[in-house]
Amino acid sequence: MSLLWLRFALACYFVGLIYAFFALRRTSDLFSRIALHAASLGMVFHFVSLVELFLSGQVARTSVDNAESLLAFLSMTFFMVVYAIYKTTSPGVVVFPIVFFLTFVAAIDEQPVLRTSFVQHKGWLVAHIILIFTGYAALLLSFGASLLYLVQEHRLKSKKPSSLISFLPALEVLDQIGYRSLVLGFPFMTLGLITGSVVAMSAYGHVDFTDPKIFLSILMWSVYMIMVFTRWNSGWRGRRAAVLAWVTVATAIVAWVANYFSTMHRFAS
Amino acid sequence: MRYQLIGVNHNSAPLDVRERLAIPESRLPDCCRDLTAHPGIEEGMIISTCNRVEMITHTTNGAADLRGFLHGHFQLNPEDLDAHLYEFREKDAVRHVFRVASSLDSMVVGEAQILGQVKEAYATARAVGSVRGQLDRLFTRAFAVAKRVRTETTVGSSSVSIASVAVELAKRIFGSLQGKSVFIVGAGKMSELAARHLIAHGCASIFVSNRTYERAAGLAQRFNGQAIKFDDLYDSCDKADIVITSTGSPHAIFRREHGEQFLARRKNKPMFFIDIAVPRDVSPEMAKLDGIFAYDIDDLQQAVTSHVADRHKEAELAEAIIASEVERFEARVHALDVVPTIVSLQDHLETIRQAEIDRVRSRMGALTPEQEMAVEALTRGIINKVMHTPITTLKTAARESEATTVIDVVRRLFNLHEKEKASASQANGEASSKKESETRH
Repeated sequence: MSLLWLRFALACYFVGLIYAFFALRRTSDLFSRIALHAASLGMVFHFVSLVELFLSGQVARTSVDNAESLLAFLSMTFFMVVYAIYKTTSPGVVVFPIVFFLTFVAAIDEQPVLRTSFVQHKGWLVAHIILIFTGYAALLLSFGASLLYLVQEHRLKSKKPSSLISFLPALEVLDQIGYRSLVLGFPFMTLGLITGSVVAMSAYGHVDFTDPKIFLSILMWSVYMIMVFTRWNSGWRGRRAAVLAWVTVATAIVAWVANYFSTMHRFAS
Repeated sequence: MRYQLIGVNHNSAPLDVRERLAIPESRLPDCCRDLTAHPGIEEGMIISTCNRVEMITHTTNGAADLRGFLHGHFQLNPEDLDAHLYEFREKDAVRHVFRVASSLDSMVVGEAQILGQVKEAYATARAVGSVRGQLDRLFTRAFAVAKRVRTETTVGSSSVSIASVAVELAKRIFGSLQGKSVFIVGAGKMSELAARHLIAHGCASIFVSNRTYERAAGLAQRFNGQAIKFDDLYDSCDKADIVITSTGSPHAIFRREHGEQFLARRKNKPMFFIDIAVPRDVSPEMAKLDGIFAYDIDDLQQAVTSHVADRHKEAELAEAIIASEVERFEARVHALDVVPTIVSLQDHLETIRQAEIDRVRSRMGALTPEQEMAVEALTRGIINKVMHTPITTLKTAARESEATTVIDVVRRLFNLHEKEKASASQANGEASSKKESETRH
């Protein structure tokens, strides 16, 4: 049943995906509203799907599709928070395709399941998953905002008259979205890694820093920290901020892939 | 639709003619009264702005002498005036009013002020009672059409002056301009105008620097800002988010190294340079820096030109909306025109029916309730059948242009004019006798 709700959510997110493709070419208030309503409805279905999953006790099973579904939902939540504050749907250009992709993968089939030797630390594990994925969602949004910043900056630099008629928010607004998401996501990511270490310590008695997953996760956290620091200290934005966001997201993806090779944190087939 | 309109605008008449016809706001109520007092005019309204003077009326026969009113009221020689006048009637007058309210007839197509000016003129005329049912209907619709044009097209959305383009660009960079600071370098007229626009949109602190310090101080005083010595320009320029520069310097005064210094001191917060100097004050190398946005006079002018062209393109869409709205308005007015005739016809036939029933009663004596019901049903049935065709014809005609002719034919056939006059004079008689008796008491 959880999968059915997720598929309903996927259908709603599809409207958002279409919006993302067209929004860069032509602005339309009506289409933005439709996409927003569809995304909201999709979130309701998605929430029902996750609640069913939680009640069935499967969250701690931590299959890849559950993880992707949770990440998609948290990303949409961040998007909605940004919309509530800044009244702009433009981050959807980046967020909607990612959310659609994650939900699509989660909704199509059964995926490998995370090794279940942590089942005695269920509370810590759930906290680890939620914290780390909230950090990921914030990172994705920050990454999206930095991309849109580049697009808007390019438009303004090109000095084409059309640069005034743009669906994108002002540069400073995009910068604020990116920076605030980053600052908000960092503690979640940090606490997520700490709870993960607690789970690993309890299960194995030690944390193996040479394990690819652990190593890459710490690397990702370090890049994340550098990004927050440079933004806070030197006000890095534009191209430099986007490059750092790219590196962090790329490290996060590599760290995710490492789940298949890790001995401490891997998906069982 | 007995609407008639006469007027001059920026296209039809030079400024000196428009000046002679212009009516100050204080005299507008009296002029509206004079207009409605002119023979053949039932309702009237006057729009008087710097670009147009127009009289919009609803007349008794659709052919009132509006030129005569203008000649008499303004004491102008017809030869001087008539060549500049335009006159519209019926549907064309409606279309013109819709176009004016929607800002399609304005000098700057899509400008927003005209709708406010028309609304003010309407309120004035309404207050003195020179706008009633017919013009009220026309202008209520015109305001709705103007709103529709604004919503469904982008005819008024882009900026069409250098200063407003500068404000738009600043908003694209900073979002809200509330609390942003502006640095004026070189105290020229154009910079002053741009600064005024920015302040009107929320910019707070103003700094002024000029090679002649006294001029900078004078301008700073006008803006309640702070004058900065020209030698201190590079030390203080980074305080500003927006820099308007228009010095007469033969070389760029803002170079790449200055931009780098500013950005370092501002922690890379963006700066917007509005460079209206010729030759340019901001070097192209500095404009390439991330976080520096520099627009010179050509860039701004190019945006203005493009926006004007966009507005004209959007105006074509707006014209299509107006054409359909004129048709709808005409149909609605015709539909309303036939209502009194249908009511009169129903009253007329009902009077005949009642008279005939009374005659039958007096001849046959009292009827039983069953007989009463039968007579009632029979006579009503006949009346309804007789009325069916004329009413259907009237309703059909209301949707077409022949409504007036059909209404006239029906009224003549059933002699409704005479009946209405008789009932009106009867009503007047009753009213005056009532008044007399009240006076006596």
